[in-house]
Amino acid sequence: MKKLMSGNAAAGEAAVLAGCTCYFGYPITPQNELTEYMAKRVPEVGGVFIQSESEIAAINMVLGASVAGARAMTSSSGPGISLKQEGISYLAADELPAVILNMVRGGPGMGNISPAQSDYLQATRGGGHGDYRTIVLAPSSVQEIADLMPLAFELAEKYRNPVVVLGDGMLGQMMEPVEFDHIKKPEESAKDYILTGAKGRPSRMVRSLLFDVKELEEHNWKLARKYQRIEQNEVRYETYLLDDAEMAVVAYGTAARIAKGAISRLRQEGLKVGIIRPITLWPFPAKIIQETAKTIHDFFVFEMSTGQLIEDVKLSLEGKGHVHFYGRPGGVIPTPVDLFRIISRHYYQAQRGKK
Amino acid sequence: MMKKVYSRPKSLKPAHFHYCPGCGHAIVNRLLAEVIDEMELRDNIICVAPAGCGMLVYNYFDIDCLESAHGRGAAVATGLKRVRPENLVISYQGDGDLAAIGTAESFHAANRGELITIIFVNNGVYGMTGGQMAPTTILDQVTTTTPAGRISGQAGHPVKMCEVLAVLDGTSYLERVAVHKPAAIVATKKAIIKAFKHQMNKTGFSMVEILSPCPTNWKMDTLQSCKWIDDVMSKQFPIGVVKEVKC
Amino acid sequence: MKGYIEIDQERCKGCSFCIEYCPKKAIVLTDKLNLKGYFVAAYEDGQECTGCAVCALMCPEVAIEVYRGGTT
Repeated sequence: MKKLMSGNAAAGEAAVLAGCTCYFGYPITPQNELTEYMAKRVPEVGGVFIQSESEIAAINMVLGASVAGARAMTSSSGPGISLKQEGISYLAADELPAVILNMVRGGPGMGNISPAQSDYLQATRGGGHGDYRTIVLAPSSVQEIADLMPLAFELAEKYRNPVVVLGDGMLGQMMEPVEFDHIKKPEESAKDYILTGAKGRPSRMVRSLLFDVKELEEHNWKLARKYQRIEQNEVRYETYLLDDAEMAVVAYGTAARIAKGAISRLRQEGLKVGIIRPITLWPFPAKIIQETAKTIHDFFVFEMSTGQLIEDVKLSLEGKGHVHFYGRPGGVIPTPVDLFRIISRHYYQAQRGKK
Repeated sequence: MMKKVYSRPKSLKPAHFHYCPGCGHAIVNRLLAEVIDEMELRDNIICVAPAGCGMLVYNYFDIDCLESAHGRGAAVATGLKRVRPENLVISYQGDGDLAAIGTAESFHAANRGELITIIFVNNGVYGMTGGQMAPTTILDQVTTTTPAGRISGQAGHPVKMCEVLAVLDGTSYLERVAVHKPAAIVATKKAIIKAFKHQMNKTGFSMVEILSPCPTNWKMDTLQSCKWIDDVMSKQFPIGVVKEVKC
Repeated sequence: MKGYIEIDQERCKGCSFCIEYCPKKAIVLTDKLNLKGYFVAAYEDGQECTGCAVCALMCPEVAIEVYRGGTT
């Protein structure tokens, strides 16, 4: 049965259905609807909800809850996500599962409360100090937010790593019909690393301080090997109208939806444009871009920032092809018609270049 | 026939302590291990360790331990205890951890009445990083960042955390003790036991603030540092029960 | 009541708390160096130890074990 819900609320409902029993968060627009939803919903399933005193406290409560064996999450935006970076670094170092939802808003600094995609590099490069990565999932609709939340918890536990779900203010606050009947709670994994009181077993410690440089080096390589496994196994993306395309748009989240709207207009005009939509921003779907570059020469990166996704697209192409770019920071949301006009211009320029 | 009346607590791992000679942390670690033995808590207790000289407690206690980021112990302990209310959860913290970077987390865990116990080792300096000023550094006390002594106009006044937290209704037991002489150490152990009982009886948030010598960073010998606690530090930080709700 | 103590001299850091607070002044700081380079405390059997355990109470390194009892 479909319900009309905001992305924020749908994220909360899906998280609870996925077995999340702990939510800790601090109010910040544009994700307050999630915090408020959890305040009511989490106690209904006998879980723990705390409105923490800050985003720093929230991520550390997540750490404590995760160490205790619970499925725990937090959410925030902009400045709040920056505050959480220390905690996320510790989660990655300690190899603890956790889910962090970022409804991206205009930045930097206080920015504004409008949707943006300006936290891409922060999310995909770890974001905090040290050599680590977080898995980053990028939904593009309210339904997809609901679908990806259980995956977030599943991957977090499978790899014992924090997972970031990267939405934006539009996704969070817009309301769409969403279904939960197919949402499955990921199975509980055997957690032999959690702290429960050392009854009947040797005591355990969870810590990331390793004074011995050889020990810390080995720990870093162990994490790196884990990230390699994730890169091999967990890439997710969508392609649309790519088979006969002469130009491939690369966009994610809300930008991808706008791009799809632009693409249907472009196709009506006979312009052969398709789209590669990364669903995992880390691990980045480099292979599909490399594959596509064998037959398509022009890539068009569209994002709501001054240019962050474009770096990964260029890295993936390794110098092949030509990368066009259109970015709008600050919370500006181009319409599909705006984007259609801009892509057309680039498309025709590219066509002339080929002749 | 001689009977052994004191032996190494079983809850201590064989590792030698890394602490400086005469360090208060070492005495507190020993007392905690004794209490864990006597109250048979090894199977149940979970300890959150800080950043600071106390950060290696997980190498010493044979119990489940978790390292926390600097200052975040009270928030981490909150998450742990809420998920595992049946476990005894303690957060071991120093003065920077609790009263500088961790002030918000400590204050709010206390305000929420979290059923955790904070063991707060107050030695008036930042030991691990080389002796800089702490929130609990006394006026005129010389540290590496107050080379002319702490001047209130520039660097504020020493903070009495037990008194600060006492105004919060969520707190049930706050006592300041010390480990500079035998009678004080006996009182410290009693306070730790009482704090654990407050947690176990769900009375509220409990904290034991322990005035501890730091001879290295106070630039004194070990016996002088104990005397300094007697003569100076305990005048600024009065020893005794600051708040106690019926348990 | 008589008693005696055993000091693990490799743990001892010569802080002298035990020496200072022993009511019988039965512990001394020696000129013996342990592996860590500290001058260590020592108790010689035959001293007036009562097994009061104040030394163990003060010892930060948990280096002292205390025995008490027996008839003399």
